[in-house]
Amino acid sequence: MTNISALAALGDPTRRAIFEHLADNPSAVGALAQCLPVSRPAVSQHLKVLKDAGLVTDHRDGTRHIYRLDPTGIAELRDYLDRFWNTALASFKARVEEGGGTLP
Amino acid sequence: MSASSQTSVQTSIVVEAPIDRAFTVFTEDIGSWWPPDHHILQAELAEMVFEPHPGGHIYDRGTDGSVCRWARVLAYEPPERVVFSWDISLAWQIESDPTKTSEVEVRFVAESPQRTRVTLEHRHIDHHGEGWEQMRDAVGSPEGWGVGLRRFATRLEGVPTAGG
Repeated sequence: MTNISALAALGDPTRRAIFEHLADNPSAVGALAQCLPVSRPAVSQHLKVLKDAGLVTDHRDGTRHIYRLDPTGIAELRDYLDRFWNTALASFKARVEEGGGTLP
Repeated sequence: MSASSQTSVQTSIVVEAPIDRAFTVFTEDIGSWWPPDHHILQAELAEMVFEPHPGGHIYDRGTDGSVCRWARVLAYEPPERVVFSWDISLAWQIESDPTKTSEVEVRFVAESPQRTRVTLEHRHIDHHGEGWEQMRDAVGSPEGWGVGLRRFATRLEGVPTAGG
């Protein structure tokens, strides 16, 4: 099961900035610290929280650790919204195909 | 899986209706199809209103006169495209901080004069940072949305439901 505290970790704006940066660019700690107004140790600490929450994962590339999003971390939220929109659009389809109703 | 797809949900549906009608029903007539159990109002729902211009809102009005503006209309380009914010927190409450909201883009493409493809993307869902546990508890039960989805599917296929 996905860690249910995963998205709570994104309540912090700096962590969210790191998360969004990693969504576009898998990065090492040093690269993140360069493009965000945060010290390298602070970036490391935030990455640890995100990693513990199951939102990011890392792999070793030579001497560096490259961080990227963990695709399972926000799977539950995606599932939830996916169910919602499929339900809503099915209802929309039923309505729009009624033909008559209150619309011309 | 691409990076952006991890923080968005995409879905599409084909409806047997002209593009103008599909767009109009989706926007002006949103109250006719929106899942009735998904409202924030305390009072009973009187109507849903979609203000058809950028800067407008989508709001629910209760029978007691209360109003809940849960979306800002970001783009309104009939009959092809509409974008609105999703100012609803994961606890199904109004989110007043726009940096913690996501957005929904809906595109309409005519596949024939009588058939329209509707493509929906709900993106930046990672902006919702708090309240995940409450939302999971609210909808994660077996009686949650999965039942509603099966009912819709059954109805669309014209198969009678056993035992109602």
